[in-house]
Formats: sequence, structure tokens, C-alpha cells
Amino acid sequence: MTAVHDPKQLAYIAGQAADARVNLEIETEGMTLNIGPQHPATHGTLRIIVRLDGEQVVSAEPVMGYMHRGYEKLAEVRTYPQVTTLVNRIDWLGSFANEVPFILAAEQLMEVEAPPRATWIRTILFELSRIANVVLFLGDMGVQLGAVTPVFFAFRDREFVLNQIEAVTGGRFHPNFDRIGGLKDDLPKGWSDETRGVLGRIRTFCDEMEDLVVGNEIFQSRTRGIGVIPPDVGLSYGLSGANIRASGVDWDLRRDGGIGLAHGELDWKVWTHPDGDSFARYWVRLQEVREACTMIEQLLDGLPSGPVMAKVPRIIKVPAGETYVETENPLGVMGYYVVSKGDLVPYRVKIRSASFNNVSITPWLLEGTYVPDVVSILASLYFILGDIDR
Amino acid sequence: MIPLSSTEDTVETEVQAPVADEARDTLVASLADALGDALVGSEVRSGVDVWARVDAAAWLETARVLKSRCGMSYFNFLSAIDWLPSPYGRDMDAQVDQPEPREAEDMTWGVTGGSSRFQLLARVHDPVGHVGITVKADLDGDAPEVDSWIPVYGGADWHEREAWEMFGITFRGHPNLIHIYLPSGFEGTPLRKDYPLLARRVKPWPGIVDVELLPGDEAGEGDEAGDEDAS
Repeated sequence: MTAVHDPKQLAYIAGQAADARVNLEIETEGMTLNIGPQHPATHGTLRIIVRLDGEQVVSAEPVMGYMHRGYEKLAEVRTYPQVTTLVNRIDWLGSFANEVPFILAAEQLMEVEAPPRATWIRTILFELSRIANVVLFLGDMGVQLGAVTPVFFAFRDREFVLNQIEAVTGGRFHPNFDRIGGLKDDLPKGWSDETRGVLGRIRTFCDEMEDLVVGNEIFQSRTRGIGVIPPDVGLSYGLSGANIRASGVDWDLRRDGGIGLAHGELDWKVWTHPDGDSFARYWVRLQEVREACTMIEQLLDGLPSGPVMAKVPRIIKVPAGETYVETENPLGVMGYYVVSKGDLVPYRVKIRSASFNNVSITPWLLEGTYVPDVVSILASLYFILGDIDR
Repeated sequence: MIPLSSTEDTVETEVQAPVADEARDTLVASLADALGDALVGSEVRSGVDVWARVDAAAWLETARVLKSRCGMSYFNFLSAIDWLPSPYGRDMDAQVDQPEPREAEDMTWGVTGGSSRFQLLARVHDPVGHVGITVKADLDGDAPEVDSWIPVYGGADWHEREAWEMFGITFRGHPNLIHIYLPSGFEGTPLRKDYPLLARRVKPWPGIVDVELLPGDEAGEGDEAGDEDAS
């Protein structure tokens, strides 16, 4: 192997040089601070190498891959129904929402349409996943800033939501409930009334967070004007979900996207905030949880009757074709680019996960900030490592 | 019956009587206008999606046109497809150490066609008009190279690192083309089709039984019994 001309070798050397660069910095002035891989702010294992000048961040370099599980490769040897088991584990706090776009993509390729009742129940579970996911953020953000109380409230009330998801699907975290052509089962008896009760609790929780966190002077002074993302930068980095809506971009796939779920038939509002700072991101998520409660109530009221499963072959072969389907998941836009060659297994599945794009802005965003703000900015971006590493 | 008044309600039967999709047709027209011959192919699926295949040499120019002329300010993702039929095929599931190499199949391509093994795949979105487009470009050879999109879309940075790591595609002008998921000494490009799924060699996957016949069905080839309907 000729070392100099082989591009692989050159790339390897460049990688080594990049690693060595960090060590060099230690010996010179300034300081390199290693945040993670184990840090409560990261919901998993993200490592960030921050180079400091005094208390100011000169540059920040996230290091990922501690949780890389290779789902794109694994999906190439799984049959279509088996893939939902994998994608459940991408964003583990809102698992059901991960299944939905993949199933919709497969249904689009097969030209199968789920019955209305299945679509509505999907939407209910989709929004319940959002609540289960974002409620934890609302409490967790307090912990990152030194307020321990909110997270206990969050864990307490999230439990009720998980119980409701468990009552339908049998799984608290990994429902694996969505099927090509519909759902595995219908809702259990009496579930609707219980869910309404839980939504009441979540509303109370939101009010508590409004008082405890949003109205807190320390919280405000540590998040207002911190980590500001201008809309055009956010767009070019592919930020999505509440992160981009907090920068004033009025874009929500539940309203503006194409296919699949029942959001279009509901009366609800897309919340945006003009500031683009950490506070705005918290505030928008808080409103979105309330909005999700409204949506679920409307869905329960208007739930159509009928079957929850369309007629599909027992062994699923997806006709050749390509499609890209994305939905507005709790963490942002999640999409699957599915390439089928008419086989039992997908030929290629590109998983476009929200957190990967959301975190890719951190080198740009953290530059010039101060060390105490690093954690609050990271927490406000709200990512889950399974969603970055896939 | 397709209601002509609303293009958004069109069902996904793109074969018969395509309803005009003005936004997506305009998009393809302005791409064709700006890129000329570099636009190799395109496909509009009315009310659903649009694809465009461009010449790899015009890859960066395509990004500029999409962002400045077509309002595609949102960078969605960038990846690649390896169209080489896997030499292992479904034998990736086989519980043997070395599966028999299969006969080389002919390459077939998906939407908008293709001409070589690697196809770059990127998606951008217009957050105002709510139209997204998937752009493709064919890359030649075993050491494919293409211009980086970073000057136009900052977010392409990590996606290009991932594509470089997983497919071995080099992005010219990328400032920091290093491993993103795998350790920095890792050799090989795991998402290429000729890269075996090593986990299966170490521990066979038990899930293969899921596609076998259920009890009570007639005996036969498990995998081939495919299309019968559940009665």
C-alpha cells in the first residue's frame, strides 16, 4: 500500500491529525474541556470537546458514535414488519412516533391505505408519544440549570402517559404496534375516559412548569438571549421541530406536510416564538404539549368506528420503487427514504432523524458562548442520542 | 375519480391520468432552465414528490440554484445509495461462515434511473411553499468524488462525513472529512453492499423464522410462498 497516494490512507492520517490537534492544544495556552460522554444533559452518550479561552468557548466539536447501532445496514436484512422493531429504538422516549413514517412509507409503496379508525388511533398514539417525550424535556431543562424539582414532576406525570400507551400497545417504551395497513389492535375498553383524565394531569403539569420554570427569574436570566439561532442559519443546518419554530419559522409538518395522519381534521395552532433563544425553545415546547392535549381530546371525540386493519397479504412484499415520507416527530422532522426492489426486505433505508440535524448546529452555536451556557444551550436543543447515532 | 380542483388530494396512482402539479412542475422547469444539460432526468409524482437527477459535475451548482432560485432554504439530508446488487443477497441471514458467492446480477436503478454504482442522494425543502425535492447524482468508480455542499448548506457537514464514512465518497472542499460514528482507525465502508454484515457471522439472527410458513400451511419453500393473501 503506497501510503501517500492512497486516499483512504490520507483520510486516515487526516483523522489522526485531527485527534492529535486536540492534544496539541492542551500544551499551548487555553484549555480543552471534555464534556461527556457521560453527562446528564445529553440523554445518552455525547462527548463534546470544547476549547476554551478563559471562560469563553473558542470551538466545540461533538464526538458521536458511542451508540451507533447501524440501523440502516440492519434494515437491509430485516423484512418490512421487522424494521419497526429497530426504529422503535431511535428516539426511545417517543418510540411510537418513530414507527409511523416508516409504516407510511411502506404503505405508500404498496398503495395500501389504513382504515380511518387506524389513522386516528395512530394520531392519538403519535401525540401521546410527543407528550411522553416533551414532558421529560420540560422537567429536565430545570435540572440542567440547577433546579431539581421540575424533573420529579415530569417523571411523575409522564408515568401516567406511559401507562396509557402501555394499556394500548403492551409496551411502555417500545410499543412496536404500528402495522403496514393499520394497527395491531383496537383501543381497550374504557381507555378514552382514562386518557382524558391523564390529559387533565398533563395540563396541570404544564401550568406548574409555567409557574415553576418559565416564571422563574433565574431561569429567564439564564436562557433569554442565550444560544440564539437566526432562522436562515437554522434552516441551512436543517433544524426542525420546536427548535426551528422557536426561531420564528412557521413550519410544522403536521399542518403543512402531506400524508398519513389525521392532524388536518383537527382544530389546533402551530406555536412559534420570534426570539430563537433557549427560552423560546422551552416556551414553544411547553405550548406544544398543551396543543397535543387539545388534539388528543378532539381525536377521542371524533374517533371513527370501523376496522383498524386493512386487508394486506400476510407475507409482505413491497413493490419496487422509492419514496420519502417524513412526519413531525417529538424531536423534529423524522423521515425515511425507502428504496424497494420488490423484495421482502428493503433495499436501502435512509433514516433522516431529527436530532442528527439539530445537533449538527452545535459547533456553530457554541462558538463564543460561555461555559455555564454550554449545558443550557445543549439542553434547550433537546436531542436524544439514539436519534443522533441511529 | 380524481378531483381536479385540488392537487393535494390526489391519490398515489401516478400511472394513470397525471394531474398537473404546478409547484413541482415549475420547480423542475426552473432547474432545467438554470442547469441546462446538467439536468439528466426528473420525475414528478403529482401531489406527492419530485425527483431530479443531475450531472455530478454540477452538484454544487445545483445546490446554489435550489437555494437561491427555488427557495429551497431548508437542508434536509444527504446520503447515498449503492446500487450494486449485494453479493450476499439474503444469505446475509444464512447461518454459515462463508456464503456461496452469487452470480453477479445486473444493476437496476430506481426513480429517474442511473448509470453507475453509487448515487448521491440529497433532499432540500422549501419551508414557505412546502415543497421538497430529492436530488440525485451518479458517481463513478470505486473512489467516487464530488464537490461538498458546505458553502451553500452548512448542515451538509455531518451528512457528508457520514456518507464518506459509510460509502467512501470523497467530498472535495470539505474541511474536516473524518469519521463521525466509527473509531478513527476504522477501515472499510459499511453501507456498501459488498461489505458483509459481520454481526451475522458472529451470532446468527434467529428472526429468520418469522418469514417461514405458519403451522397448518402447506409445506413448501418458506421464502417463496410470498404473495398469497391472508384468508
